[in-house]
Amino acid sequence: MSASELAERVRRGETSATDVLEQYLAAIDECDSELHSFLTVLGDSARSEAREIDRRLSAGEDPGPLAGVPVAVKDNLCTRGMSTTCGSHILEGWLPPYDATVVERLRAAGAVVVGKTNLDEFAMGSSTENSAYGPTHNPHDPRRVPGGSSGGSAAAVAAGLVPLALGSDTGGSIRQPAAFCGVVGLKPTYGMVSRYGLVAFASSLDQVGPLARTVADAAILFDVIGGHDPRDSTSLERPNPLALTRLEEGVDGMRVGVVAELLDGADASVVGRVHETAEVLAAAGASVEECSVPEVSYALPAYYLLAPAEASSNLARYDGVRYGLRVNAPSAESMNGATRAAGFGSEVKRRIMLGTYALSAGYYDAYYGQAQKVRTLIIRAFARVYERVDVLLGATTPTTAFELGSKVDDPLSMYLSDVCTVPTNLAGHPAISVPFGVDDLGLPVGVQLLAPALGEMSMFQAAAVIESAAPAAVLPQICATTIGGSRTSARGER
Amino acid sequence: MSTKGWGPVVGLEVHCELKTVTKLFCGCRNAFGDEPNTNICPVCLGLPGSLPVLNVKAVEMAMAIGNALHCEIRPSLFHRKNYFYPDMPKDYQISQYDEPINVNGWLELPDGQRVGIVRAHLEEDTGKTSHMGGGGRIHDADHALVDYNRAGVPLVEIVSAPDIYSAVQARRYVEELRAILMAIRASDGRMEEGSLRVDANVSVRADRTDELGTRCEIKNVNSLRSLARAIEYETERQVALLESGEPVLQQTRHWDEEAQKTVALRSKEEAFDYRYFPEPDLVPVAPDPEWQHEVAVSLPSMPAERRVKLTELLGARGPTAAQVDQIATVVALGLDMLVVEAVSSGIDAPLALARTANEAAADADRAREVDPAAYAALLRMEQEGKLTPTQAKAVLAETLESGGHPADIARRQGFEALGADTVAAAVAEVVSAHPGEWERYCQGEDKLVGFFTGLVMQATDKRANGKEVAAELCRLRG
Repeated sequence: MSASELAERVRRGETSATDVLEQYLAAIDECDSELHSFLTVLGDSARSEAREIDRRLSAGEDPGPLAGVPVAVKDNLCTRGMSTTCGSHILEGWLPPYDATVVERLRAAGAVVVGKTNLDEFAMGSSTENSAYGPTHNPHDPRRVPGGSSGGSAAAVAAGLVPLALGSDTGGSIRQPAAFCGVVGLKPTYGMVSRYGLVAFASSLDQVGPLARTVADAAILFDVIGGHDPRDSTSLERPNPLALTRLEEGVDGMRVGVVAELLDGADASVVGRVHETAEVLAAAGASVEECSVPEVSYALPAYYLLAPAEASSNLARYDGVRYGLRVNAPSAESMNGATRAAGFGSEVKRRIMLGTYALSAGYYDAYYGQAQKVRTLIIRAFARVYERVDVLLGATTPTTAFELGSKVDDPLSMYLSDVCTVPTNLAGHPAISVPFGVDDLGLPVGVQLLAPALGEMSMFQAAAVIESAAPAAVLPQICATTIGGSRTSARGER
Repeated sequence: MSTKGWGPVVGLEVHCELKTVTKLFCGCRNAFGDEPNTNICPVCLGLPGSLPVLNVKAVEMAMAIGNALHCEIRPSLFHRKNYFYPDMPKDYQISQYDEPINVNGWLELPDGQRVGIVRAHLEEDTGKTSHMGGGGRIHDADHALVDYNRAGVPLVEIVSAPDIYSAVQARRYVEELRAILMAIRASDGRMEEGSLRVDANVSVRADRTDELGTRCEIKNVNSLRSLARAIEYETERQVALLESGEPVLQQTRHWDEEAQKTVALRSKEEAFDYRYFPEPDLVPVAPDPEWQHEVAVSLPSMPAERRVKLTELLGARGPTAAQVDQIATVVALGLDMLVVEAVSSGIDAPLALARTANEAAADADRAREVDPAAYAALLRMEQEGKLTPTQAKAVLAETLESGGHPADIARRQGFEALGADTVAAAVAEVVSAHPGEWERYCQGEDKLVGFFTGLVMQATDKRANGKEVAAELCRLRG
């Protein structure tokens, strides 16, 4: 059942927030030992939030569009008084004294925060294997990764352990795991969703977004979390989004460009699925053309200079002085060093070193400066192509989910799984991954729609058309028999 | 030792804490002296996930400073200055780097010399570390405590050109800058509380050469006196090196107040690589012309202008050397209103100036709060002879202390001026007791006025007014 249906039933009194929550908590309890999508399950606080929703309903109040809908939150989003680790030992035991803006907005919409999901440490990775607390497994094949860094959120949604989850996307961290797990994942326009309370990886690229089982659910969650926030200076002064209301407007007359560079080097089955979606859009009235944005091939190297550069600064604060891990040593300086040596994992250390180097005197112009120029070129290249088309279409990832352990020792090949997603982040544009069938192995394939800044509306409309024509969704191996299908609706009787 | 044949070239970096109500990037109170770690929040503690939001008032004050220093005000950008320090919550400081808000200005010293202002940019302050245990110093402390109340307090760093050529001039520059900052209410000017902090870049060069020598940056200068001392010491040190044929090494040096000398902190090679890059959490600041105009027109009058105004009160004769100093003091301490009000209500300018620069200035913080009308009333009592100068000073001190009205205080202290009859009687008595001196006085030995006045004062317990005594003597002589 979709999140909107669930909220509707709670609002109509056909079920209660508490009942809904208990079902999902039971599913988590049953399946998550195998998946490890959650780092923390917030049983008690979620129960009291659900009771409050039920109380408000019985008092005649409307708790909002997500009334009683359990939502999982990536563990790099601050939750007041609740563990927020970023998948790192360095933040073990830290309890933030405040909620991220998106978490406040979830609660204001009636959602129940049910737990914190696993991620690559500080969102650095593409498989969730870089979590200090162990990897998450792909519910479609537990020997495979769920993608990353929002792997916990994607796996939890795919397995039906929550109807909705929040992730964050710096270079593809929502869309790539969404593709690997067969769910919908949106990276909004930079500035559409507040970053306040999102633990920063690369501030100029980070954006919070929804993971959901349907395009409509992603739209509802986007509508709930989006809109201006005075606590984030990079937040756009825009009214709150209303993606859901115009979801069904179709693609008649929409101009779609299939980007050659977003298919280069992708598996044949992935390329095939993208072409099928192009046909679907054409059949629905869109004009589809092939197009080329050659500059996107420079996106990955630019990204792997800019993101680590910002990260090297953002992660400086984990120094053992104020919160999180401290390894004692005779001087402040040696305490900093010992704490960071013990608290950070190897991928985080690699990126801090890369970024520190890229910003160093004598290298700044050649690395950070040059990468910024590439970023400008990419923005211009997209601007040029968006003169002719409304949305772009390509693969979300070159491959489907790979096996656990297959890339951990080869960072470059791991980085390449972001090749189709990073251009969007560099441009600050929105993009969405929509599941569309499976590959030869039966693993989910995601296709990616891209749009210019603030182009979410047409992107959602195209995504809805693709979704409606997609082959029947494959059920995950893990938790295939839990909530999500018709079984939930059969439970409304008590 | 002698530095004959050599002279210092000094550029000053002045950090001014802005007196905004809240901090630079969050809503926490900006206040000195509060209980440690009470004015803090996720933003100024640099907690994970927190983001800065720029305080518009701080930008406005920075623009006011730029205006007062004749700077060009430009669109500006914040950068991150990256280095590890325990009292810096994010382990980077948000500061302005190559695109500061104010550039290319100047400041005119009271003697008319202009010192160039290279830039005046906005940045955030750090927290404050106290080293505990041991001797309370960094090296033998057994632990440190950090107060983050100061973290995120707005600072404007004002960088002068190397246009200062003596310790005295350096002091004048800081005094004038402080007066300007206080005039526009950007600063409370309290060096001892660290709200104004000065670093001095000092090099030396042989007289009659234009080439600049290698400079050293002197940190930890906590008062105007230390500033002058540090520059003098550093000049001597560098001259001694050069005269013995050794080079001056580019260094950051620390002023050791106790030892009265500078000590090497780190060399150029050990200088930090701050890895500046544009702060991605903030957007550029581009004050539009309207906003700039608003700030410019709301600027109060500057110390130089106010000194001219006070000088004009003295009339055609112009100020004496002592009065020039008095005017400088009055303006530097922001006490001009007391003088202006008093003079406009009929008090003689020299009297108003002297009392304000000498007595009121001694308790300037309170004097700024005093009611100018009450202050003028006190001076009037003195001018009209109802109080002697000594009594007037005592009443002023009490007025500042307790805040009462001078007339009441004078009455309470028994400073009722003697009536004309009593003065005349006292004079007559003294005259008749010293006929010889009286005779000489009557023959034109005027200086004996002092002799008689002294005796009358003695006889009246100093309650007589000297001027009235002199007038009575004059009258008796006929």
